[in-house]
Amino acid sequence: MTDTPAIELRNVTRQFLSPDGRSLVALRDFSMTVAKGEFAAVVGPTGCGKSTTLNLVTGLFKPSAGEVRVMGGPVTGIDKRIGFVFQTDALFPWRNVIDNVVAGPLFRGVAKDKAYADAREWLARVGLSKFESLHPHQLSGGMRKRVALAQTFINKPEILLMDEPFSALDVQTRATMHNELLKLWQDNRASVVFVTHDLEEAIALADKVYVLTAGPATVKSVYEIKLPRPRNVADIRYDKDFIAISKQIWEDLKSEVQVAQSRQNKVAS
Amino acid sequence: MSTIIIDDNSAEAVEARAKAMKSSYQFKVYFWRIFILVLFLGSWELAARLGQIDPFRYASPSAIWLRLIEWITEGTSEGPLWYHLWVTMEESLLGFFSGSIFGVIAGIALGRNRLAADVFALYIKLINSIPRVVLAPIFTVIFGLGLMSKVALSFVMVFFVVFANAFQGVREADKAMIANARILGASESQLTRSVIIPSAMSWIFASLHVSFGFAIIGAIVGEFVGARYGIGLLISIAKGTFDAAGMFAAIFIVMIVALVAEYIMTAVENRFAKWKPQAAVDTQ
Repeated sequence: MTDTPAIELRNVTRQFLSPDGRSLVALRDFSMTVAKGEFAAVVGPTGCGKSTTLNLVTGLFKPSAGEVRVMGGPVTGIDKRIGFVFQTDALFPWRNVIDNVVAGPLFRGVAKDKAYADAREWLARVGLSKFESLHPHQLSGGMRKRVALAQTFINKPEILLMDEPFSALDVQTRATMHNELLKLWQDNRASVVFVTHDLEEAIALADKVYVLTAGPATVKSVYEIKLPRPRNVADIRYDKDFIAISKQIWEDLKSEVQVAQSRQNKVAS
Repeated sequence: MSTIIIDDNSAEAVEARAKAMKSSYQFKVYFWRIFILVLFLGSWELAARLGQIDPFRYASPSAIWLRLIEWITEGTSEGPLWYHLWVTMEESLLGFFSGSIFGVIAGIALGRNRLAADVFALYIKLINSIPRVVLAPIFTVIFGLGLMSKVALSFVMVFFVVFANAFQGVREADKAMIANARILGASESQLTRSVIIPSAMSWIFASLHVSFGFAIIGAIVGEFVGARYGIGLLISIAKGTFDAAGMFAAIFIVMIVALVAEYIMTAVENRFAKWKPQAAVDTQ
């Protein structure tokens, strides 16, 4: 039973239509496996189709060819076992902090008292108990991300998908959020797919790093990260092993970034 | 040396200065408002008394005021003023509420359904291109001289404005927010109720501000064309008797009503939109 991977993408191709009606390929012959409780990171050059992988797992997108399986079954619609943290602010601005956090349980039919009790517990865990009646616009970027984490974790997702969730934060806040995320994940042990263009972030957090090629994206190489846990993300970047593996992966990623950049320059000129 | 040196930069001093500046600014605003009003009314009155303008056609503030007092204390030639005002308000309010409720429902329904939106888009554009007031005689023929013909005109004036805004509001709802709600477990109806409608709300409110004025226009134009009661009828009768003061008095009443409605609407909106960010004030 433990052999069934949490997420499986088998030779997936995803095409989509550009606004002027041309068919573009975002993913080509893409395969990836995430075991239960595993933290996988996906890195690749900007605009290569990284986020597409996540949307295929949620069921918001359908593969054009190949197969996507979640917990051993095919993906049909939006799976309740999935949680998603977005790059942009996806909180509901007209709801205060606690009403944002209870949204998931209330949508899913949990009783009101229980939902609010759970929400208070999650807000305590992310250190926002004092701010439950504030609205998102009154919070800092880091605090808003904490609300987003509480909003996602309260649903107890078995699969956690994260689409460059901390890319809009400043460096110090980001390091704090990394530790916070690892702490929450340690307790919940969801299978994670974390998409980012920041290689150091990927190595610091993940068990496994997938390097993608410049679009159409396919897997270029996979690296196991054997750094011990629990990790302190702020310190780990000075660790010898960390530096060694990050050099090794960067060699691999560099050429793809160059391909992507030269293409962008071509479009620009 | 004309440089003003402000050496006290403690928080209290800065706040006190900001407060003083704000209240002196407020004072300036009110002063100029009243000044302009007095200047306008004064020169009108003066011009009428000195014979610069014909008081028979342009009336004068004092004549309008006397006519208002007369209407309030003795009633109009067509019965008590309050009854006319009430009739116009009743028509406007019925038109406003029915028009905005249907506008919001239709806007959200079509905003959520692309096929229906594309199918109906043509007809909505067609109907919307009709200048609304030309419908007044048609509605009078269909619904008669009573309440219904004015409510119908008010309704069409309000409906399209609210509809267009609700529709746009739904279309502008943030994609990430919608995806977030779906993944958190929202069903389609929960999505509509807790994400689509609240995010369209600011658009809808913006349209309600304008459309109450439109509702009053609808009612009054309807009354021009044919009615037994209402402010529009008073204007129409004043016109028939060359009573300029009466016409302006009726316009004044409509102005006051629209202004009060605007304040109420703003208060309601502020109550609903507490979550909106407020800009910080620059202390300089």
